[in-house]
Amino acid sequence: MIGLEHYLTVAALLFVTGIFGIFLNRKNIIVILMSVELMLLSVNINLVAFSTHLGDMVGQIFTLFILTVAAAEAAIGLAILVCFFRNRGTIAVEDVNVMKG
Amino acid sequence: MTVFAVIFYLFACTAVASALLVTLARNPVHSVLWLILCFFSAAGLFVLMGAEFLAMLLAIVYVGAVAVLFLFVVMMLDVDFAELKDGMAKHMPIGLLIAVILTVELMLIVGVWAFADAAPAMRQAVAPTPEDVENTVALGQLIYTDYIYMFQVAGLILLTAMIGAIVLTLRHRTDIKRQNVMEQMSRDPAKAVILTDVKPGQGI
Repeated sequence: MIGLEHYLTVAALLFVTGIFGIFLNRKNIIVILMSVELMLLSVNINLVAFSTHLGDMVGQIFTLFILTVAAAEAAIGLAILVCFFRNRGTIAVEDVNVMKG
Repeated sequence: MTVFAVIFYLFACTAVASALLVTLARNPVHSVLWLILCFFSAAGLFVLMGAEFLAMLLAIVYVGAVAVLFLFVVMMLDVDFAELKDGMAKHMPIGLLIAVILTVELMLIVGVWAFADAAPAMRQAVAPTPEDVENTVALGQLIYTDYIYMFQVAGLILLTAMIGAIVLTLRHRTDIKRQNVMEQMSRDPAKAVILTDVKPGQGI
């Protein structure tokens, strides 16, 4: 029988894959953004798994709001990316040094 | 093994494999397509868990909006992605090391983790799942009553994101011809048309 642990394992593997993607593609900010989406998805799977396992709807409501924030984050991130590309002609992460930080 | 377990392993393996391919794909367009497959598999897992509404939301919002937005940006930007892939082999060992360590740690937690004996009796569900209504109705009954302010804030966040995205990407180009509606409407036909009396055989 498929229990809570199975879903937690899938979520953990997705989360680790997201972190691995950030390390692997540290020049390409688009893939980094996609990896962040993967990590948020794994958190959502965790929340829904606990919510349905424990019979508490609040977990699913949190998932709904995480989805909202993730969509907003993706939209703003990609808008900044397009804006940056227009000004600098590149999206390599090491070239992001306008603010000399 | 039941049908349920087979379907679970199908969706779980697809999700993890496509997530790996998101990070490993050479072409970012392929990455986005694998991301879409990963979202669909996660939506399947949600259905298996009994959260149908969130599964549909994942398919509509993530696949329909976010992933297509990614695809749009990847295709619109004229970037040499092969150059961005240069350091991939260099970063592979440290990435793998950290991924393996994290996986082992998380598996140790998931493997030995259990509820304390007294915990289920002590905890009280904040919003118990109603038995007689389906998932979407139950979610709606909660969102529009207890969580109405959070729902409104979520709408505000989306509004802010929309305004921010428009402000960031809108630009007025000066080197193109534009339509000026007021100028067109206030144009006087008497000044715009000249009647010329052309003599026969002479032309203008």
